[in-house]
Amino acid sequence: MADLLIELFSEEIPARMQTRAAQDLKKMVTDGLVENGITYAGAAAFATPRRLALTIQGVLDHSPATREERKGPRVDAPEKAIQGFLRGAGLTMDQLDIRDEKKGQVYFAVIEKPGRPAADIVAEVLENAIRNFPWPKSMRWGAGVLRWVRPLHSIICLLTNDTGSTVVPVQIDDIAAGDTTRGHRFMGADAFSVTGFDDYATKLKRAHVILDPQERQDMIWQDATNMAFANGLEVVDDRGLLAEVAGLVEWPVVLMGKIADEFLDLPAEVLQTSMKEHQKFFSVREPKSGKITRFITVANRETADNGATILAGNQKVLSARLADAKFFWENDLRVAQGDGLTAWTDRLSNVTFHNKLGSQKTRIDRIVSLAATLASIVGASAGDATLAAQVAKADLSSEMVYEFPELQGLMGRYYATAAGLPDAVAAACQDHYSPLGPSDDVPSAPVSVTVALADKLDTLAGFWAIDEKPTGSKDPFALRRAALGVIRLILENNVRLSLSDVIAAHLAQSALSETGQDLAADLLAFFHDRLKVFLRDQGIRYDVIEACLSRGDQDDLVLIVERAKALAAVLETDDGINLVQGFKRANNILSQAEEKDGVEYSFGADIKFAEEEVERQLFAALETTTPKIKTALQAQDFAAAMADMAALRGPIDAFFDGVQVNSDNAIVRRNRLNMLHSIRDLVGQVADLNRIEG
Amino acid sequence: MSTQKPKSFQEIILRLQNYWAAHGCAIMQPYDMEVGAGTFHPATTLRSLGTKAWAAAYVQPSRRPTDGRYGENPNRLQHYYQYQVLIKPSPPNLQDLYLGSLQAIGIDMEMHDIRFVEDDWESPTLGAWGLGWEVWCDGMEVSQFTYFQQVGGHDCHPVSGELTYGLERLAMYVLGVDHVMDMPFNDPDAPIALTYGDVFKQTEEEYARWNFDVANTDVLLRHFQEAEAECEAILAQEHIDPKTGKRIIMAHPAYDQCIKASHMFNLLDARGVISVTERQAYIGRVRALAKKCADAFVQTTAGGYSA
Repeated sequence: MADLLIELFSEEIPARMQTRAAQDLKKMVTDGLVENGITYAGAAAFATPRRLALTIQGVLDHSPATREERKGPRVDAPEKAIQGFLRGAGLTMDQLDIRDEKKGQVYFAVIEKPGRPAADIVAEVLENAIRNFPWPKSMRWGAGVLRWVRPLHSIICLLTNDTGSTVVPVQIDDIAAGDTTRGHRFMGADAFSVTGFDDYATKLKRAHVILDPQERQDMIWQDATNMAFANGLEVVDDRGLLAEVAGLVEWPVVLMGKIADEFLDLPAEVLQTSMKEHQKFFSVREPKSGKITRFITVANRETADNGATILAGNQKVLSARLADAKFFWENDLRVAQGDGLTAWTDRLSNVTFHNKLGSQKTRIDRIVSLAATLASIVGASAGDATLAAQVAKADLSSEMVYEFPELQGLMGRYYATAAGLPDAVAAACQDHYSPLGPSDDVPSAPVSVTVALADKLDTLAGFWAIDEKPTGSKDPFALRRAALGVIRLILENNVRLSLSDVIAAHLAQSALSETGQDLAADLLAFFHDRLKVFLRDQGIRYDVIEACLSRGDQDDLVLIVERAKALAAVLETDDGINLVQGFKRANNILSQAEEKDGVEYSFGADIKFAEEEVERQLFAALETTTPKIKTALQAQDFAAAMADMAALRGPIDAFFDGVQVNSDNAIVRRNRLNMLHSIRDLVGQVADLNRIEG
Repeated sequence: MSTQKPKSFQEIILRLQNYWAAHGCAIMQPYDMEVGAGTFHPATTLRSLGTKAWAAAYVQPSRRPTDGRYGENPNRLQHYYQYQVLIKPSPPNLQDLYLGSLQAIGIDMEMHDIRFVEDDWESPTLGAWGLGWEVWCDGMEVSQFTYFQQVGGHDCHPVSGELTYGLERLAMYVLGVDHVMDMPFNDPDAPIALTYGDVFKQTEEEYARWNFDVANTDVLLRHFQEAEAECEAILAQEHIDPKTGKRIIMAHPAYDQCIKASHMFNLLDARGVISVTERQAYIGRVRALAKKCADAFVQTTAGGYSA
């Protein structure tokens, strides 16, 4: 048994790639070892800005020897067959055994592979890992052909056991593996050699490198929170930023600085965004007021002045940034309070939304008209909804959003409030972009819901009208996300609308298209596709959704989902599963008969032609159940309707057990087929059970 | 290395010149045309192509008409200086060489926090991209560090290492100046001490006015089209010069026209007459020229061609 240490030492690896790269290295090497018969006890991988490191413990010294016997053709078999066998076994004629079998003499190949030393296998596996490493982006450097994320400088590849450590001979172009590395770029630059992982980690620490990213994160977070706490403050939690910052330093040194008084009145989000995006600073706030008053930066070294110079430099850069932000904020407030948000909206007539869909202003006008239609459906004040639609995009003209596009919406809310607009309108300025992702919160305030729906539906209708639909992995206008947003807005707020009618009317009214009906139908199909994906993520089977989408109202997503849920629930029961079987049987017999006879058996059955008891019982069951199902369906109580249908399972099963549908008596046969038809109709009002699998 | 703090903008430039000269670069002079960045200098764009080794460093005055602020913004200028280093193939110790240059201009590595933060470089107008970093000193970006992977649509083989220093910003930091116009241009103890403002405040105003409001857009547009046509006409010539009988591919004269077209586009952009959608089309036209120039250059001797 031995322990393996690998280090790949390079120029600075982008922070966002480090975690994944460490995992990939571990997976590629351990998989490669195991595939070659080298098992191990445990493995761990680490990354710093300048290195990926992997330690594997309990590595087998040799891969086990293998012996394989293969029976070949008979000795007197055609030459071609014998040659083929030799090729397959990788042997020559004189290496074959001949054995006596019942049918005569037969060639046998005995393929023995000796075990190989771990070092040979490690060398192959590591070379393969380096040459085929899945970096998101890689590069060449100098005159070489090797690709790595940034220039690769040295490699440690070391096997260590009780008797000592040995460098595994690996040569990657002009880099030969060894046992040396370097510490911190500035605080431990000299090369040193190591004897194994523990020695490596210890010496790195001495050379001012914390190998484990988690340890760096913990150090940063602990120092930051302590420092804030000592001043009666708290650090604004930001795990993504913490991981990124830990990927920018090998020796984290946390420094806290003050934000100059003149910037303290900026909205907290503006301070936070500016500091995070440009400087990768953490925000530090007063716990009660939430006011951000300080920042935390993480340097990569200690200095004789305890970071004073570094902090002063960072503070200076921050002040320049915040001076810009303050300038934008004050200019924007002047516009919002003076001319109002419409001044900005008017300016958007000069900004192209899409060259075939006109300016942002034209787009806003379309959203306003759609919001007016949707307001009554959603139950929002029409006045507020149209006003909100008019100003919701105004902040796109503001200086702050020009500088920080990610603050769109939020700034709209601040500026709408500053302009004295109602709270519901201001809220819609921010919330109409939501939901952005599948786990984003969905707005529930009626004005916000109205504008959010109008915005997304207009986008979808517009891009459909100019035939810019998503294809394959290409969805440059994020239309799938918009459709999912519409679906979630509708379902979570129980918005009852006829989607294709609303879209067709909007296309006609906004003069986007002359073939509005066809486009609306096509767009509805797109919504159905997204709905399938959405429901599948909620645990509803694909075939259940398919079944519901091919029967009944296709336009009211709320109803479709209720039907799907009712069907999914009933399929959890024995009755439900058997009903599907019964239905399919009925449908098969009926379809075959219809095809053969060229007629539709839709005349309704008559009990007087029923011959058997089970037949009469099914008649009776249908008679009592049909009106119940109708009533339930009218009340849109799909659960009840499905339960009633499931109750038909017994009589249907008994019917099939007891009678032969295709009776010799033509009248009896026709009557039975007519009865199957009414079952198909009845059940088909909720879903097409034929599409249910199993 | 001098650890003495420099006293002026020009001293920082001179120290960089001396440093890179001492490390084997040909110290070249600025290209004599209007460009948006040091990368446009043929010593970078064209010389990064082909197989021949190359090492050059130079100051390049650069113009970005849209960044003009009439000399009022503390660090935004429509005319500024870049310091550019290009070494092909990129040497293994390029990062150390770069850090040495910071030391040379008075940045003490023991007191400052220098970081290499991912920043991939791309020039849509040159059809070029590379991977590298922006270099931070105490949280401020002081340089761009790039390993060129493609230029003018050609894979770079060998790869050039490119360093670009934004001289004003870097110098302001080293000299501890808050407004660019207050920065000493020459030695502040000289008999006639000049600040950056003494040299450039007035020109910033003049150019800002011309760039934003006065430049004749019809003329600019015509110049753009003429440069584009001339570039293509030059490259359409036979490789063999009928007069001398020599093989002369005019990659550089053609590339001059590409530079010109690019600058005309920047001016048109500053005049606000290019819409968002047109913008992409113009950039695409300049890129098409850059690619053709690159195609031509790699067929020349300097581009690695041998008969």
